[in-house]
Amino acid sequence: MHHENHDNHNHGSLKSYVIGFILSIVLTIIPLVLVMNHMLEKTALVITIMVMAILQFIVQLFFFMHIREGEKPRYNVQTLILGLVIVFTIVAGSIWIMTFNKY
Amino acid sequence: MWENIKEFASTFFVTGDPLIYGADVSIALTVVAIVFVLTKYKKWGWLWREWLTTVDHKRIGIMYLIASLLMLFRGGVDAILMRLQLAFPNVEFLHSDHYNAIFTTHGTIMILFMAMPMMFGLFNMVVPLQLGARDVAYPFLNAVSFWLFMLGAMLFNLSFVIGGSPDAGWLSYPPLSENDFSPGPGQNFWIWGIQISGIGSLATGINFIVTILKMRAPGMKLMKMPLFSWSVLSSCIMIIFAFPILTVTLALLFLDRFAGAHFFTMDGGGNPMMYLNLIWMWGHPEVYIVVVPAFGIFSEVVATFSKKTVFGYKSMVAALMTIAIASFFTWAHHFFTMGTSASVIAFFAISTMVIAIPTGVKVFNWLFTMFRGRISFKQPMLWTIAFIPCFLVGGATGVMLAVAPADYQYHNSYFLIAHFHQVLIGGVVFGYLAGIYYWWPKLFGFKLDEKLGKWGFWFWNIGFYVCFMPQYALGFMGMTRRYYTYGWDRGWADLNLISTVGAFLMGIGFIFQVWQIVYSIKRGERDTTGDPWNGRTLEWSIPSPAPFYNFAVVPEVKEADDWWHTKQAMANGTYKKEPVHLEPIHMPKNSGIPFIMSCFWFLVGFGFTFGWVWMAVIGFIGVALSMWARSFQYDTDYYVPVDEVRSTEASLGRVV
Repeated sequence: MHHENHDNHNHGSLKSYVIGFILSIVLTIIPLVLVMNHMLEKTALVITIMVMAILQFIVQLFFFMHIREGEKPRYNVQTLILGLVIVFTIVAGSIWIMTFNKY
Repeated sequence: MWENIKEFASTFFVTGDPLIYGADVSIALTVVAIVFVLTKYKKWGWLWREWLTTVDHKRIGIMYLIASLLMLFRGGVDAILMRLQLAFPNVEFLHSDHYNAIFTTHGTIMILFMAMPMMFGLFNMVVPLQLGARDVAYPFLNAVSFWLFMLGAMLFNLSFVIGGSPDAGWLSYPPLSENDFSPGPGQNFWIWGIQISGIGSLATGINFIVTILKMRAPGMKLMKMPLFSWSVLSSCIMIIFAFPILTVTLALLFLDRFAGAHFFTMDGGGNPMMYLNLIWMWGHPEVYIVVVPAFGIFSEVVATFSKKTVFGYKSMVAALMTIAIASFFTWAHHFFTMGTSASVIAFFAISTMVIAIPTGVKVFNWLFTMFRGRISFKQPMLWTIAFIPCFLVGGATGVMLAVAPADYQYHNSYFLIAHFHQVLIGGVVFGYLAGIYYWWPKLFGFKLDEKLGKWGFWFWNIGFYVCFMPQYALGFMGMTRRYYTYGWDRGWADLNLISTVGAFLMGIGFIFQVWQIVYSIKRGERDTTGDPWNGRTLEWSIPSPAPFYNFAVVPEVKEADDWWHTKQAMANGTYKKEPVHLEPIHMPKNSGIPFIMSCFWFLVGFGFTFGWVWMAVIGFIGVALSMWARSFQYDTDYYVPVDEVRSTEASLGRVV
């Protein structure tokens, strides 16, 4: 039962939401423009898109997911770290397993 | 016009098989009977108010239990049909297509629509009571989870009378499951049935993690928490990381089928092997998701019925958490024969053997708990004792399969079939049955009859070994899975017949259990104490059946197995009764939105299954409106006044 504890700490101001929103939009538009106008070669393009994605992930964590807030113990941070480990396993494991297809 | 309708109906409904017509008739009769009974006894309002809109975790648990027993029946009938077809060589009972459909639905139903809901049922029935909480963290979401599961399961089960069953195996490997080889709605039923119930599973995972981390009674440190709740935490951690992988994989497969994408196709840059890789990233944690709560149940049962504290509590916790993480590093052992590099195979062979270690630790802990305990052989304990040798053999054959060079011989043979049935029946089914027998009195207020239960127990156990031991041998003799028939010249006839006999014995065991439930409703021993097994944890401190608010006063926990220590103190006369101070109890209000929203999800799934986008759009609009309606609902909770708490407790024989 979720009850009244939303007045203990603030859930971000309008300003922080707007900043987060604008940053997310910008970080989405940059790769879109790069792809639509064929502005980079393949490797550089892939790396740029990935960097933008990671930056946007961080923006969302701080501005929308309130990763800095919350009482101790910091279960949200622990879960996030475990999540990153699993994501790494999924991506790196898939690449490793599937490389034999290249031969 | 009439011709059009006839043509539509002939493709919409499955035709041509007497078994299916029989099913059509029985479904129609059942529906008519249910509607008739509800109308005659004026129970529609009761059904809506007490069950369809409930957010009470105990009632949701009971509904999960009923649904999973129905699904066990359906999956069991599938199994019996398969065993009949294979009982003798050259049987002409099922056509090859029908056989394919049956093994597909058997596997999917048993894992996703039987094991999962039975597990969620046990979560719901037990966890808040063990923690000393009054409900789960998000009661509304809990109802959403249940109804998404239920409607997803209904969508899937509809496939065998409408549109045609999926028939590409329980995990639907492409390219077979792609449009080229599986046209028609069957495969879409599979995708959407699982997809819709999968959303519910994910939500349940989140719900119980938050419940366990945030809603424990004051004083219950994590290391004083009962082991079943620990196992639920372990299982839910795996759920929240594994189920998104399944959702994405099925979404990609659906895009292939619906929108002409090429993720897993043979051409256009697709790669079917990627599907195997992804689906097993979910599939392997999934088997641990279902078996780990069974380990938790055994830990509770062994301690209670040996009258001892569980041996090695800390190592139990460590083992559960190790399994939760390590289960994500073994998935490639399901496709050693795919032909990936030697280093990949070596890594996954070793990780597979390593994950057997924490399980071994737990087995020793259970044995040491029993050692010099005063064991009473009640039904939950019987299933636990039957589990240990069964799971031991299943685990040992699992390690045999993990030996990658040997796996090239075993892969997809009946040896594998026997192995995973042994761990899933011996581990999961035996475990959940032990849990159901154990906590049944807490939910319903009466025990299940011992005598009938023992008949069921022995039929299940003897039937299990008669059914599956021959299958190990059949695997060595070269019989691979998914054969729908075989000739006399193969030399498999005797062992297959024995296996079929075993399947029927298990079926008889199930009938005894149904009889046992029906009999016990009228004649079962009533539980007037609330503590029928001399239990150790908080759920046994409250009356049976538990009142809707669970605890009249939230308990203060001082040590692990708190209720046991309280009882010891009472017996010694050292127990100091604290003055009881009743307060109004804060409870969530019932809501019809979870049910309605899930019905709209059903429309989405049904629409996409037949490619009727208009219907899917209507469904999505309904889902969005339901969420919108809920967002602006402020009147979602209420307080139970002290007088009502006092009178409810008094009616249950408790003075507060």
